[in-house]
Amino acid sequence: MHAIRKQRLQWVIFTLVASSTAIGLVVYTLGQNINYFYTPSQIARGEAPLGVPVRAGGMVVRGSLVRDSESLDVAFDVSDGVAQLRVEYSGILPDLFGEGQAAIVAGVVDADAILQATEVLAKHDENYMPPEVADAMGEAYRQSIGSGGDY
Amino acid sequence: MQWARPIGNRSGRGVIISPELGHVALIIALCLALLQSSIPLLGSYLGVQRWMRLAHSLAIGHLVFVGIAFGCLVTAFMLDDFSLRYVVDNSNRSLPTHFKFSAVWSAHEGSLLLWALVLAAWGAAVAIFSRSLPLVFSARALSVLAMIAVGFGLFMLLTSNPFERTLPFPPENGSDLNPLLQDIGLIIHPPMLYMGYVGLSVPFAFAIAALLGGQFDSAWARWCRPWINVAWVFLTLGITLGSWWAYYELGWGGWWFWDPVENASFMPWLVATALMHSVAATEKRGVFRSWTLLLAIFAFSLSLLGTFLVRSGVLTSVHAFASDPERGLFILIFLSLVIGASLLLFALRGPAMNSKSAYTGAAREVMILTNNFILVAAMAMILIGTLYPLVADALQLGKISVGPPYFNFFFVPLSLVLMACLGIAASSRWRHTAVDVVAIRARIPVVLSFLLGALLPIPLGIWFSAAEYSIIAALTLAAVFWVVIMSLQDVRLKAQSVPLTRLPAGYWGMLCAHCGLALCALGVGLSSAYDSQRDMRMELGDVVEVAGYTFEFSGLNETQESNYRATRGVIAVSQGGRSIATLTPEKRHYQSGGQVMTEAAIDAGLTRDLFVALGEPLGGNSWAIRVQVKPFVRCIWLGGLMMGIGGLIAVADKRYRRRKKIPSMKRNRLVEPALEVFK
Repeated sequence: MHAIRKQRLQWVIFTLVASSTAIGLVVYTLGQNINYFYTPSQIARGEAPLGVPVRAGGMVVRGSLVRDSESLDVAFDVSDGVAQLRVEYSGILPDLFGEGQAAIVAGVVDADAILQATEVLAKHDENYMPPEVADAMGEAYRQSIGSGGDY
Repeated sequence: MQWARPIGNRSGRGVIISPELGHVALIIALCLALLQSSIPLLGSYLGVQRWMRLAHSLAIGHLVFVGIAFGCLVTAFMLDDFSLRYVVDNSNRSLPTHFKFSAVWSAHEGSLLLWALVLAAWGAAVAIFSRSLPLVFSARALSVLAMIAVGFGLFMLLTSNPFERTLPFPPENGSDLNPLLQDIGLIIHPPMLYMGYVGLSVPFAFAIAALLGGQFDSAWARWCRPWINVAWVFLTLGITLGSWWAYYELGWGGWWFWDPVENASFMPWLVATALMHSVAATEKRGVFRSWTLLLAIFAFSLSLLGTFLVRSGVLTSVHAFASDPERGLFILIFLSLVIGASLLLFALRGPAMNSKSAYTGAAREVMILTNNFILVAAMAMILIGTLYPLVADALQLGKISVGPPYFNFFFVPLSLVLMACLGIAASSRWRHTAVDVVAIRARIPVVLSFLLGALLPIPLGIWFSAAEYSIIAALTLAAVFWVVIMSLQDVRLKAQSVPLTRLPAGYWGMLCAHCGLALCALGVGLSSAYDSQRDMRMELGDVVEVAGYTFEFSGLNETQESNYRATRGVIAVSQGGRSIATLTPEKRHYQSGGQVMTEAAIDAGLTRDLFVALGEPLGGNSWAIRVQVKPFVRCIWLGGLMMGIGGLIAVADKRYRRRKKIPSMKRNRLVEPALEVFK
């Protein structure tokens, strides 16, 4: 075969093999590492899988924050305006975390429907609400209007 | 109470007028850009020299007017002109002067203006330094740059005007700059990054001009190389600074999060790195022509994509400050226009530029191809991981986020393979490499680097009290030593035939950048392998031991600065009874916005950083405290810096200042373009 043509063929075969391997790997790894976002209402209805990393978010309910006096364990509730979700966490809370403020938590929902958080994120600007939380609140609001429309 | 008001914003006429002046300057700049994007291009097809020459003066005029607009905004910040909405939102009377300056680009509108300014500066630089280029070519390239400027000018004037007023009732004071951004890192990080992002528009414009002209040779590639290098240097330094800033300011000790916005800056960097290598092959051997053009198009498209991701607010990210979906739509349309048009042009003209020279299995060409393959593969997997949540959201598949394990799973092995190839690539030859010779040469470095890689984790593990032998550290060390030893061996071999002073700057630049990469990898690998972190509750007087260091919480006091009040913890660090450092982490309360911020305290060292941060007060004298020992973390940024320096050294190569072949080219080009249209 002509040298250049041979080069080209090798290149095509290589590209095919490499790209199909890569696509397979990417799809598999993505499947292993994506976290779905659930609203407190969805978790209350039992829509979130148990024991799998998920994310959730909402406003931290005023007066719900409880601290352990010996360790860094904390517990608080987040709400989307309709349902509340209990969150337990051990560690340092972010600076802008506060009652009445938006927060996103990542972790695992246990059998008691408590989210055991491994990460707590707060907004980082006083005017900013994470889009997920804004959507979650809007969604919950719409649903509460919808269910209230029966009478 | 009028009389009690500070006279700041009514002190002179200049304050009242300057925003309008800036606004008008912006409009004039847009008009100049419109002219620049059409007349020289038209001239290049009709063969009217005067029209083509206009590009150069228009480019400089454009810079002057964007500069005036930028100057006006700076003035407004400096004089506390709270009749501007943008100043109200991002500044405050009590803000220190240097932060008032950096507040100019701290939010959307101002950072766009900075983007426009940087673009105008690059355009003017092309106009000034392109005297040696064929006129047709430089006119077209400047027109392409102006088209981008038109897009951004319209974007700014229509959706995000920094000169919007709050009249007739301007507030007394502004709401302050986000405390996270009140830092030296923010003063320099965005301009550096933008210089890099926007700098990639120059190779892009050259690529488009080359495609329009249907001519793309090694003179083109040689001319392009310094521009690519300079843009790459800025991008490298910008990303490095960003990572460093995140580490001490908002990361609680993390330096890379695979955050969408970090990815957005990293993707153009990967492609620009690939481009920098492939354009070398194009220059030296005339190969990979259409591939080089494609990379130039992709590198800039990815920086536009980055701008879209950061500025549209579609992503939850540490950088996603309040933003507006309408702007996102505008950038999305602009992005698809730019990418669509340039890819269409590439599809029509690109294949005609195939290469003519042949090379064999282990030639440097193949090495560069491998480099490009790995870098582009890394970019592709980051792109998928970054965009997947967006696509899934748009398709109503749920709100998802892709975790760092996904990125690490691909990126870590890819970088190790990249470094393994890099070792051999340095000693490969163009056209043909004698494999057996390289194999003999590589024998000792292979053994040495594997030995060092396998053995060094043992003492390192003891030093940083690691629980077990770290495979990551072993692999990293082996790869790092492999790259460094092979590079040094190459210098030694070269020294046998040529005196070292005769070796070109390009060679030293490459060596420096490659060793920088190794240093950076060393930092990444070792700090991940031997990092120790403890979050705990500490009462005044408590002592804790982390990785062999003793941390004592020995004091707590309050301080007052001009725009915040801080609680300062005092933590004495010692090792084996010997005092090492006294760290004073702070918890700051900013008065104007009521925000709370953590200021970590770091004792920096080449081999380890000691990092202490105050969490929240837990009542009485106890605080949540984070203590970290991070081995070799500083090497990450030193490595980045070294890569940047390497890039700069390469730019200084004398080759780029040699002006050969120009007369003959000029003659060809003057006749040719007019013909092309009718071909």
